Amino acid sequence: MKIHEYQGKEILRKFGVATPRGIPCFSVDEAVKAAEQLGGKLWVVKAQIHAGGRGKGGGVKLAKSLDEVRSHASSILGMLLVTHQTGPEGRIVKRLLVEEGSDIRKEYYVAVLTDRATQKVAMMASSEGGMDIEEVAARTPEKIIKIFIDPLDGISDAQAQALARGIGVPESSLSQAVATFKNLYTCYMETDASLAEINPLILEGDGSIKALDAKFNFDDNALYRHPEIVAYRDLDEEDPDEIEASKYDLAYISLDGNIGCLVNGAGLAMATMDTIKLFGAEPANFLDVGGGASVEKVTAAFKIMLKNPKVKGILVNIFGGIMRCDTIATGIVTAAKEVHLTVPLVVRMKGTNEEIGKRILAESGLPIIAADTMADAATKIVAAVK
Amino acid sequence: MSILIDKNTKVITQGITGKTGQFHTEKCIEYANGRNCFVAGVNPKKAGEKIFDVPIYASVKEAKEATGATVSVIYVPPAGAADAIWEACEADLDLVICITEGIPVRDMLIVRNKMKRKVAQGGKETLLLGPNCPGLITPDEIKIGIMPGHIHKKGRVGVVSRSGTLTYEAVAQLTELGLGQSSAVGIGGDPINGLKHIDVMKMFNDDPETDAVIMIGEIGGPDEADAARWCKEHMKKPIVGFIAGVTAPPGKRMGHAGALISGGADTAEAKLAIMEECGFKITRDPSVMGKLLKSLL
Repeated sequence: MKIHEYQGKEILRKFGVATPRGIPCFSVDEAVKAAEQLGGKLWVVKAQIHAGGRGKGGGVKLAKSLDEVRSHASSILGMLLVTHQTGPEGRIVKRLLVEEGSDIRKEYYVAVLTDRATQKVAMMASSEGGMDIEEVAARTPEKIIKIFIDPLDGISDAQAQALARGIGVPESSLSQAVATFKNLYTCYMETDASLAEINPLILEGDGSIKALDAKFNFDDNALYRHPEIVAYRDLDEEDPDEIEASKYDLAYISLDGNIGCLVNGAGLAMATMDTIKLFGAEPANFLDVGGGASVEKVTAAFKIMLKNPKVKGILVNIFGGIMRCDTIATGIVTAAKEVHLTVPLVVRMKGTNEEIGKRILAESGLPIIAADTMADAATKIVAAVK
Repeated sequence: MSILIDKNTKVITQGITGKTGQFHTEKCIEYANGRNCFVAGVNPKKAGEKIFDVPIYASVKEAKEATGATVSVIYVPPAGAADAIWEACEADLDLVICITEGIPVRDMLIVRNKMKRKVAQGGKETLLLGPNCPGLITPDEIKIGIMPGHIHKKGRVGVVSRSGTLTYEAVAQLTELGLGQSSAVGIGGDPINGLKHIDVMKMFNDDPETDAVIMIGEIGGPDEADAARWCKEHMKKPIVGFIAGVTAPPGKRMGHAGALISGGADTAEAKLAIMEECGFKITRDPSVMGKLLKSLL
């Protein structure tokens, strides 16, 4: 699960990581009021969407007067913000963060994530803050310093110091940087985050260290023990079809192609999408119905796929293991009738009770195209939509 | 022979009394020598009782002492699953197979580091398969996990995969072509897990009754590439390779928590290229995994 920058900063402050003072706003008037309340002579008006690259897209602006706060807030709120992470369709900005301006002397980068290869927690930092870290990694990998933390021991002073010195934090600010890294690590572990990224982490003119941005991802499997993080969920930032799918415990991701696919199992679902591409078309979605595909689930899956106007045909690929093919076939027939299916439907079924399943489909009176292998299924659906 | 398990393996089921545990335990007992293999269940509240005629013990340690079992399988719900893994390790079992899906990554991270520390301090190593995996099977001998037994056939091809249904797909293709399997292993779709492709490939390489292997991977993580590099140097047997997720967009979790493209080198194309370079016979068409393997024998 992702959250907004202002929410991430609330979490950081709770764990003792300093940030500029700021107030989230939902209207232009609120933004002006927030600036007044913060005081000072310099403010930053920041679009709050769940995607990076907001500055380059025109979603972050500096204001030197309350009038400028007003004009920036009105131009950003409601704008369609397109960044390299939103895709060309962009996102409508519905929330702002108004923050006090900072006296930036130097920008750093720091992030925490779980490293699969070493099975440790990795903290990486760089002197090249404020830039796209992937670019830094590609051009000047030596400027990224990494430490690997054993979760049984936690982060040591020596590790945090090595990281701070490695990115060139001046000695006078070293203890603050060390405290920041240690607090960030605790924050990462205690919130069950899967990514905590601060870019930039800044050194101010007076030597203090602050998080100027905050990006978090949280482990979906651990949300059950974090109601405080679930409360941050912003459904406006999520694909409505993916939300609908999650209600039925379906893993669904919309893609750009025109062939809907319904598969059981994540690996087989990806392999089915790949086969569609291999035979000359593009999948419209990833959809894993999981192990227990009931009639209700299959019907919901069909409805969600068909909401996408790009879908010109559907491929169902089921490997009946514990889930029997006849159960799935009944589900498909019921669902297809209920949604008045008008696009071509190819079904490939394999495994337990395969023959009974195929007979149910054949006797349903529906124009279902049967297929034997994944390649056969892909060939048939690609031909049917052309 | 086979890898990891055979008809003489004695198994403890942790979470045997839950709905999932009961359902699959019954199927495992029915398969081949299962009646003699599944010797104990664990549930502290139901110790002394029996289920499917299998005695229930209060702890893994007690179950092991009473039955001599060396392997456990876990169906415990996500919140308690990592503790269940650790209990099996503390009882010094040889192998623990965790079927449970949805365990928090932090829990797995902590238990994996505890397991490694135990070994570093001279303790016995317990191998972990999974979590979030279908388990493993040695056809006509023993099945531990949730795979459909009847699609398998005894033979000499090894199968290893992260995904459940994609493993079944490969197995069914082999069986249809008359090629049986020595063992089929699902290592699971989570980012922090136990046995990896490389570990299973080493076992298949050493198994005199495995002639060839199908290795199936997914987007995300370095595991398949690590295995491929090892195979280039050491593997004596032909390998067919497939990676799912050529069409998966970066930054989107494709069902499995581990199936997420995060860097540049963990895409399907990148992995396929490394596997090909390391001598695998790769395919982009998952329908022909079996046929391709047959052509190599």
